[in-house]
Order: sequence, then structure tokens, then C-alpha cells
Amino acid sequence: MANGSLAHEVSYLKYEGKHKGIAGWLLTLDHKRIGLMYLMAILLFFFVAMTLGILMRLEMLTPGETIMRPSTYNSVFTLHGVIMVFLFIIPAIPAVFGNFMLPIQIGAKDVAFPRLNLFSWYLYIAGAILAIVSLFTGGGAADTGWTFYVPYSIRSAQNVTMTTLAAFVLGFSSIVTGLNFVVTIHRLRAPGMTWFRMPLFPWALYATSWIQVLATPIIGITLALIILERLFGIGVFDASLGGDPILYQHLFWIYSHPAVYIMIIPAMGVVSEILPTFSRKDIFGYKQIAISSLGIALIGYLVWGHHMFVSGMSDASRVVFSLLTFLVAIPTGVKIFNWVATLYKASIKFSAPLYYVLAFIFIFSIGGLTGLVLGALSTDIHVTDTYFVVGHFHYVMFGGMGIMFFATMHYWFPKVFGKMYSEKIAIIACTVIIIGFNMLYFPFFILGYMGMPRRYYDYLPQFQGWHVLSTVGSWVLVSGIVFMFGNLLYALLKGPKAPMNPWGGTTLEWKVPSPPPLENFEEIPVVTGGPYVHDKPTYIMHPGKEGLNGNGVVKTANQENAI
Amino acid sequence: MSEQSQTAELTANQTYNAEHTNTNNGEHSVSYGTYFMVWLGLVALTSVTVTVAGIHLGSLTLITALLIAAVKTTLVGYHFMHLKFDNIIIKIFVMVCLGIFLCLWILTFADLSFR
Ligand code: HEM
Ligand SMILES: [Cu+2]
Repeated sequence: MANGSLAHEVSYLKYEGKHKGIAGWLLTLDHKRIGLMYLMAILLFFFVAMTLGILMRLEMLTPGETIMRPSTYNSVFTLHGVIMVFLFIIPAIPAVFGNFMLPIQIGAKDVAFPRLNLFSWYLYIAGAILAIVSLFTGGGAADTGWTFYVPYSIRSAQNVTMTTLAAFVLGFSSIVTGLNFVVTIHRLRAPGMTWFRMPLFPWALYATSWIQVLATPIIGITLALIILERLFGIGVFDASLGGDPILYQHLFWIYSHPAVYIMIIPAMGVVSEILPTFSRKDIFGYKQIAISSLGIALIGYLVWGHHMFVSGMSDASRVVFSLLTFLVAIPTGVKIFNWVATLYKASIKFSAPLYYVLAFIFIFSIGGLTGLVLGALSTDIHVTDTYFVVGHFHYVMFGGMGIMFFATMHYWFPKVFGKMYSEKIAIIACTVIIIGFNMLYFPFFILGYMGMPRRYYDYLPQFQGWHVLSTVGSWVLVSGIVFMFGNLLYALLKGPKAPMNPWGGTTLEWKVPSPPPLENFEEIPVVTGGPYVHDKPTYIMHPGKEGLNGNGVVKTANQENAI
Repeated sequence: MSEQSQTAELTANQTYNAEHTNTNNGEHSVSYGTYFMVWLGLVALTSVTVTVAGIHLGSLTLITALLIAAVKTTLVGYHFMHLKFDNIIIKIFVMVCLGIFLCLWILTFADLSFR
């Protein structure tokens, strides 16, 4: 403990160890700094992909060529999808806020493998650089869509090889982070922090990490096979060489359906943190919510075929997959009902983070319900590969996980940066976002139902009205997003200092200074009760001073009562 | 980060004692003979796979190949990756992975066998 005394007094933002300045960040092993480095990178890519989305909507303002050629449009939606999926939503909540909050919430000084943690950030950057280089080399930006379906991905003259390689590398970053979190949760919980005293965000991260560790290798192998197929024509997927193109879709979705749970489970975990804080009462159905995360993760492995109803796979499996898909509704329903029950008869404090969470519940429910239309075999055949699908996944991915990312930023902003933002502006921005979001994406459902196919740069004149509405919606949405980030940026520079616990939260991160010191805790705390108890303390922050020894063994009769 | 290991010790203690009743963290003394025999077994199984690929067993070809691969995986995991010596939680982890993997196979075959 070279810097022992300093390390728990100076904030992690100011602390200077072996390396100073920029090197102090790029070589840091501190989980909080690594989380922030992820935040910078992820936001950068979010803005790039958002710009691409706006450009696509501009193209769709009028039928025929508006601002770009058809081949450009193909590359733009591919790039938009690849960046949003692999560089934004999959890592967003776990890599940024998971990294930052997980060790603090379970009472540890860092993750189990700090070096591996930094390594995973570099893998992420390496993958991102590969994706950028792929735009300008080979035959130009990939044009396959983010799904890289064969046979086109094998035949395309564009630089598909390097784009898949980028996704491959990004996959490793995800696996490494997942592995780190699993070990951290098993090994580094503070004394007294039993599994069922863990806050629900770590529970969600635990379920997510297992998906990352188990499912990601499958996409890795699949993408590697695409590369081998392109370079050497090995004939695994190519029907003309005896391969099976449907096998590609199986392998792709064996990963990519669980991947949608990598996106949403951490978001649901944050909902379960924010609700009890602003309801000022214990969460309803703690154990059920905790276990339902694992339930979703498990069932999530068994439903991938619902993306393949029209691929030509067997009738038997189409029926089985459709049936299994409906099972996911059970653990999801458990969560939604428990959240609503938490709000019931609570003394609700109506703050900005809660506002975003309510927006999430509303928008995500629309996404989930339209998912039923897509999960039912008969109705899916009508709307498959139309704008209905694009509408659905923007409601669940952006409206679900994206909005929750915004909520998370607002909830933990005071803790991460030690500054307060204007809640009034945050709420106004959120309102603009909700309006813009629904203007942009709700027409997609109608267009899809009318038969507008996805991934087309052109359309028939009868669709124009809805397309114009949608494009105007995209401008409203972006104004809301810019407004929201402007507010946070202003707070970062000029905001008043945040107190230790601005929202009245009960979990451990609210018991340490804002921003937290390098090693989070002066002493490893001892946990004596559940995470969301509002009326009595359930953490002993200085067990040494209070006569408890390091292993949580009680020294005085008084303490015994507390435990 | 020496503090790191401290945290680990502090908190891992309780779980560690429960889970690690009889681990020997040092060298596992396995003779080269065992490793060599396992390796021979793997080579033999590989040649069986190759041979079977040449015989026309219809839909059984794939199943046989997979069964042989499963046996080989078990051998590698158990002997070379030292699952033999690992404590129960790691074994449970591996069983969960295998269980999920089995589900993936069954569902994929629900397509392939009825197409
Ligand atoms: C800034 C707001 C956004 C706008 C204006 C936007 C717009 C669009 C448009 C117009 C398409 C193409 C539809 C088609 O022709 O098939 C699309 C596709 C897509 N978007 Fe977005 N989007 C936005 C944000 C997001 C977010 C936040 C995510 C993920 C969380 C996302 C994920 C996707 C994916 C995966 C595709 C499919 C790409 C493909 O077909 O390969 N988008 N988006
Ligand atoms: Cu799915």
C-alpha cells in the first residue's frame, strides 16, 4: 500500500499515481477511469452512428435519389447498424457503468483483474480502428447490413473481411469484460454481502456476463468462418460448394438473440436501482427480479429461430421456436409487474432519472408488444423484413436500452463527476426526446404494415407522407439529444458540487464521496442487510473503528444486534 | 496494485473456505505416461472420425462425428485443462455450459432433421 493514505482521500479524477496527465488515464488500472474511457469512446461512436441515421432519414425524405446513391445507402445502413450494435449498445451500460459501479456496489476496491480490464478497453479500441480502416481500404465500406448474411457477404466486392474482423475483435473485448465481472462477483463481495444482499444492478451484470462469456465465442467463430469462406472458399456456408447458408443464420442468431439480452438486462438492472431510490421504499419482489435476470438469460438461448421464420428452415422448428419465444414474456413480465408494484403507494420523488425510467417503461412496452407480432409465426410472415421490424428493434434497442443509458447517465452523473446538472432542463430534454422518438419510429410500424421493405433507399410515392413525418421526427429527436448532452456538459464545467447522496439512495455507491476516491473505501465495509432498506443502515462503513474486525466478526454486543 | 490482492483476500476468505476444502494449489503431480495415453486416445479417435466420414451411414454420420468430438472434448477438459483437480463450482460452471450447448444442438437439429 504505497499510497495507502492518499488513495482513499483524493478523488479518482484528481489522483496522480505513477503516471501523470494523459498517461495516467491510458495506463490506468482503476475501474472508474477505465469506465470513463469507455464512456468517451462509446459516446463518440454514438454520435457518428446517429449522424449516419440522420443522413439515412434525409435520403428517405423523397422517393428516388435525394442525397445519396443506392450503393452508398447500403454502406450507410450497414455502418450505422454495426456501430450502434457492436460499438454502442452492447458495451454501453456494462463497460461504462458496470465497470464504474460494480466494485463499489459490492464493496470492493476494484474488479478482480484490473489489467485484463484495461486490456479489454484496448481491444475495444482496436476493433473500432479496424472498423474505421475498413471504410477506406479494400473495396470500400461493407454493404451487407450488420447481419452479414451469406451468400451475399461471401460474394460482396466491398471490404466485408475487415468489417467482420472488427466485430470479431470487439467480441473478445466483450468476453474479457464478462469474465472479469463473473470472477469479481464471485470473489470480491464485501463481508456480509451474500448473494441475496447484492443490489440488483450487480445481479443483472452477473446474468449479462454469463451471456457474454458463453454466446460471444459463437459469433467469433461464425465471423471467422465468413472470413475463411471469402479468402479460401472453404464451403461451409456456400451452397455451390456443398455448404448450408441457413447454418449461417443459425450461428449468427445463436449469438445475436442472446446479445439483445446483453443489451437489455443491464438496462433493466438500472431500472431496479432507480425505482427504489425515488420511491423511497424497498423494491417489491427483490428475489424474483434477481432470479428473473437469470431466467431471461437462460430462455434467451432457446429462441433464436424467431429471426429465421422465412429462411427456409423446417416447419417443425418454426413452430417450436415460435412457442419458445413466448416464454420470454414470463420473466420480463415478472420484472415489469414488480417495478410497477414498487411505485404503488410509494412516496415518489419525481426527479430526472425517474422521468427517463418512466419513458423507458412506456416505450419499451410498445417495443415488447410489437415483438409479439414478430414472435408469432403467422403474423411475422406478413411483416418480416419490412419497416415494422426496424420500428420494433428501435423501440426495444433505442427506446429500451438507449433511453436507459440516458437514465443511467443522469442517475450516476453526480457520483461519477461530483457535479449536479439542471434537472429542469434534463426533464424538458427528455420530453423532447420522447416526442421525437415516437414521431420518428412509430410511422415505421405503419409503413411496415403497408409493405415498405427495409434496407431500401427508394420507395413508392404512396409511402411519402409517413416518411416525411418520420424524417421530421428525427430532427426533433436529435435536438432533444443534443439538448440533453449540452445540459450535462454544462454541468460538468459549471455545475454546483454534488453532495455524497443527492437522491437518497441506499446502496454502497451513495455511502462514498462524490466523486469516489481511488480505492473507493477507506475500509472494506461490512454488510448487515438488504440493499434497498430505507429506514435503517445496512452497511457498516468503518468496521475497524466500530470494533468489528476485517472478516466481519462481531466484537461488541451492540454490533451483534445490528447484524 | 497490492491493495487489490488484499481486498481479494479479505472478501474471498469466507467463500474460499467453503468451496476450497481440499484443493492443492501447487503442482498437480500427473505422470507423463497419463498425458501420453490420453494423447494416443485423442489421435485414435481422430482416425475413427476420418474413417467414419468415408463410410455412408446417412444421417448417422453427423451424429457419430459429434459423439466422438464430445468424448474428445471431455478428455481434453478433464485431463489437459485440469478439470479433474478443480473445485465443485468450476465443475458446475462447465456443466451449465455443456447443458446450454446441448440445447443449442437439439434446437438446431429440430431444423436440420425435419427440413
Ligand atoms: C439517432 C437516431 C437514429 C436514427 C435516425 C436511426 C435511423 C435508422 C434508419 C433510417 C435505419 C435503416 C432502415 C432501413 O433502411 O432498413 C436504421 C437501421 C438500424 N438502426 Fe437505427 N437509427 C437511430 C438510432 C439507432 C440506435 C440507437 C440503434 C441501436 C441501439 C440503432 C440500430 C439500428 C440497426 C441495428 C439497424 C439495422 C441496420 C441494418 O439493416 O443492417 N439505430 N436506423
Ligand atoms: Cu431474437
